[in-house]
Amino acid sequence: MSHAAVAHHTSTGLDSRKIAFWTFIGSECLLFGSLIATYLVYQGRSVSGPTTHEILNIPLTSISTFDLLMSSLAMVLALAAVQRGDRTWTRVWLATTALLGAVFLGFQAYEFQHFVHEGLGFTTSLFGSTFFTLTGFHGAHVFVGVLWLLTLLVRSFQGKLGPAKALNVEIAGLYWHFVDVVWIVIFTVVYLIQTTPLPAA
Amino acid sequence: MTEHTDVRHAGEAHASTRTYLVIAAILTIITIIEVGVFYVPTLHAILPPTLIILSAAKFTLVVGFYMHLKYDHSLFRAVFLFPLAIALAVIVGLLFLFRVL
Amino acid sequence: MATTAMPHPETAAPAAPTGLWSWVTTTDHKRIGILYGVTAFFFFLVGGLEALVIRLQLGAPGNTLVSAEAYNQLFTMHGTTMVFLALMPLSAAFFNFIIPLQIGARDVAFPRLNAFSYWVFLLGGLFMNASFFVGPLFGADTLSVAPNGGWFGYANLTSSQYSPGPNIDFWVIGLQILGIASLAAGFNFITTIINLRAPGMSLMRMPVFTWMSFVTQFLIVTAFPVITIGVVFLMFDRFFGTTFYNVAAGGDVLLWQHLFWLFGHPEVYILILPAMGIVSEVLPTFSRKPLFGYAVVVYSGVLIGVVGWGVWAHHMFSVGLGPIADSVFSASTMLIAVPTGVKIFNWIGTLWGGRLEFRPPMLFAVGFVSLFIIGGISGVMHASPPADLQQTDTYFVVAHFHYVLFGGTVSGLFAGMYYWWPKVFGRTLRDGLGKLHFWLMFVGMNLTFFPMHFSGLLGMPRRIYTYGPELGVATYNLVSTIGALLTGVAMLVFLWNVLVSRRGAAAGPNPWNAATLEWATSSPPPVYNFSVIPTVKDGLPLWREGGMEPSPLPAVPPAPIHVPGGSIWPLCTAVGIVVIGVGGLMHQSLWPSLGTALAGAALTVVSIYQWAFEPFEV
Repeated sequence: MSHAAVAHHTSTGLDSRKIAFWTFIGSECLLFGSLIATYLVYQGRSVSGPTTHEILNIPLTSISTFDLLMSSLAMVLALAAVQRGDRTWTRVWLATTALLGAVFLGFQAYEFQHFVHEGLGFTTSLFGSTFFTLTGFHGAHVFVGVLWLLTLLVRSFQGKLGPAKALNVEIAGLYWHFVDVVWIVIFTVVYLIQTTPLPAA
Repeated sequence: MTEHTDVRHAGEAHASTRTYLVIAAILTIITIIEVGVFYVPTLHAILPPTLIILSAAKFTLVVGFYMHLKYDHSLFRAVFLFPLAIALAVIVGLLFLFRVL
Repeated sequence: MATTAMPHPETAAPAAPTGLWSWVTTTDHKRIGILYGVTAFFFFLVGGLEALVIRLQLGAPGNTLVSAEAYNQLFTMHGTTMVFLALMPLSAAFFNFIIPLQIGARDVAFPRLNAFSYWVFLLGGLFMNASFFVGPLFGADTLSVAPNGGWFGYANLTSSQYSPGPNIDFWVIGLQILGIASLAAGFNFITTIINLRAPGMSLMRMPVFTWMSFVTQFLIVTAFPVITIGVVFLMFDRFFGTTFYNVAAGGDVLLWQHLFWLFGHPEVYILILPAMGIVSEVLPTFSRKPLFGYAVVVYSGVLIGVVGWGVWAHHMFSVGLGPIADSVFSASTMLIAVPTGVKIFNWIGTLWGGRLEFRPPMLFAVGFVSLFIIGGISGVMHASPPADLQQTDTYFVVAHFHYVLFGGTVSGLFAGMYYWWPKVFGRTLRDGLGKLHFWLMFVGMNLTFFPMHFSGLLGMPRRIYTYGPELGVATYNLVSTIGALLTGVAMLVFLWNVLVSRRGAAAGPNPWNAATLEWATSSPPPVYNFSVIPTVKDGLPLWREGGMEPSPLPAVPPAPIHVPGGSIWPLCTAVGIVVIGVGGLMHQSLWPSLGTALAGAALTVVSIYQWAFEPFEV
């Protein structure tokens, strides 16, 4: 039995899912804002353990930051490909985005285990607690994003990701870019702005 | 892959592939400048405000172009900017209350 | 896996499905609203029972009805239950049932997400209250492991050092579960109100209840993430030994207070705004006169929501924030009294010159206004830091917030119940019993809480399980206890009213002759709400000539209406989340805990995928 054409009237002419997702992103601003505020408030107050300036690896993190920025580029190109119905490039760019996201997670995993090895654990100090919680929440978001992208990739291979479904990719993109944008803030606030004395020339 | 076609919204303003690549290049350059400022000791006096401005620029570029907020209905801008403003106010407020600022 | 979407008939006038399974899989906002209402009212009674035991204990000095440890659980669970399991979900019952009808929609934007919110709430509430019974599983007695750190759980009392049992674990995990429900509903209703209004219903033609609920949803989606983080920090401290609230490691217990009250203050506006919205519907209806200054009432509500973000530290005037911070928050707190006061004048202006009919909804609405004024006055007294230094942590504060939350929110919610009961159930509650309920509750409430202004100023501290006769507050406490018992009787009268009102005349679509769209359709509404979605030409569509078209609505839909089927995946996802929570409770034993949490995560993920890919059309 076919349904009568369901032309859903909306008050704004905009898709409800997109409105809901932007609202969710707004809410996430408060989530990460609270984590960042805590990190900033507690900066320099640890009574023991490695300090930021002793343990943070700026060159390595710069590379992972670049990696995440490029993943946003790949994401945007994936959306463009879906919108014009280009199946091959949709898959290429979705896979690239997911891969770059996984690489970022790899960098984070390396960093985490290296820090623990150097004496900064989750419970070592305020720095440890706030750092791992903030970056851990971010990393968890990246992980969910990678799963989401892989799901879209599978849908594409199943032939179920045509231009009519572009909104699904667009919303995944909003999520992905937002996670990138949070990292932009974290990279600046945690890695580049440090209260302890910076390395001499 | 190189032409800009927007299947969904004919006539609506939209960034092109070339624009996305340019943005990516700008983001890279800004990141290099940020890291550079970090490593140049003489600039450390103005490190925090410089970095904040630079990363705010990156933030705006990604949100405006990659997340398409610049071209979208103003409703999305409102729904995002209002909580963002609260988040920034909360961060600043707490920094004052904990005597960091 | 084969689709599990329920078959959805598409005849011209589809009927609501019947049977238990149809309720378990429902995605219909009206059914979800009823589920919220029944569940929340049950928890309201639980919280009320906790209050009665508290009052019986405090009725005389040196009383030994309950131990100190039991008392701590009682007042903690009373507060937590009333805020998160009773008042918020009762408001949600109205959001669910009424908002789509008021805006002329067939349902909310995301019906399955709506069902999900309800199931998470139910399971989260059961999770938290299970703590009363499962003590033996933790090697303790029953009635000993319920949350006991106050509804505000101050650090570092709630640390594993000072609260070594599972009590606070139930609390932190339970709150996170409940937070998910509220956030999901927030995204749903914001989208619904923005996007699903009937043609012609501009924002400034929306009923005030919908407007206040709209502001409330924005408060929810911005405030809940903050407490989520605060509670996550507490959970990490307790489970893993992080140092967020560990003073020896350089941490600051005030961080908890800031994060909690950053949420907690918007939360009290979340609690009051919907009730203010209800009152703004009821007063005009029973004054036979439009709301005085609709636009001003709306803008005041928005202003309260926005300024409400800037007052949180007025809960912390005694911690030593410093004169600048104290002054800033004192000023903002006094400022927020202005839009609140403006609303009160608008309500009085609505009554003024109206043809007043004191049916039960009107009694509760007028009761709201008078009792909220009293609560508001004591609130403004708190706004002065020097005065607050005497009032804080005394029963004066208890008086204040019960006047605004019981005298205010609860009265408003009862006004809504009596008002919308015929719409939901097709029959009106009895007037005589309703009036008896109101007067017993009004007298009981004042007897309970008015003396607390005095016992508080005389120095009776909060959260003490007993007190000596030398404090001089015994008589006040006795009067409060009598008032509480009277209030309990009032609730029994209400329940009796519910019981006897099942039989009686059918209510008809608009028994109160009210103005807004929900009264244009039958009582109860058909599953598809409106036979045709009307075009709205006025903010009071049923009171103005040509206010809506067509008028009246056709009795039968002229065209086939698609009604979405049900789905089991919202419930399954909710179960998965709560199983993760149960895993968290077991954190003392690594592998059982991890195993349970992973099983819950697996169920959650599988359910989400099923939900995402099942055929479901709104």
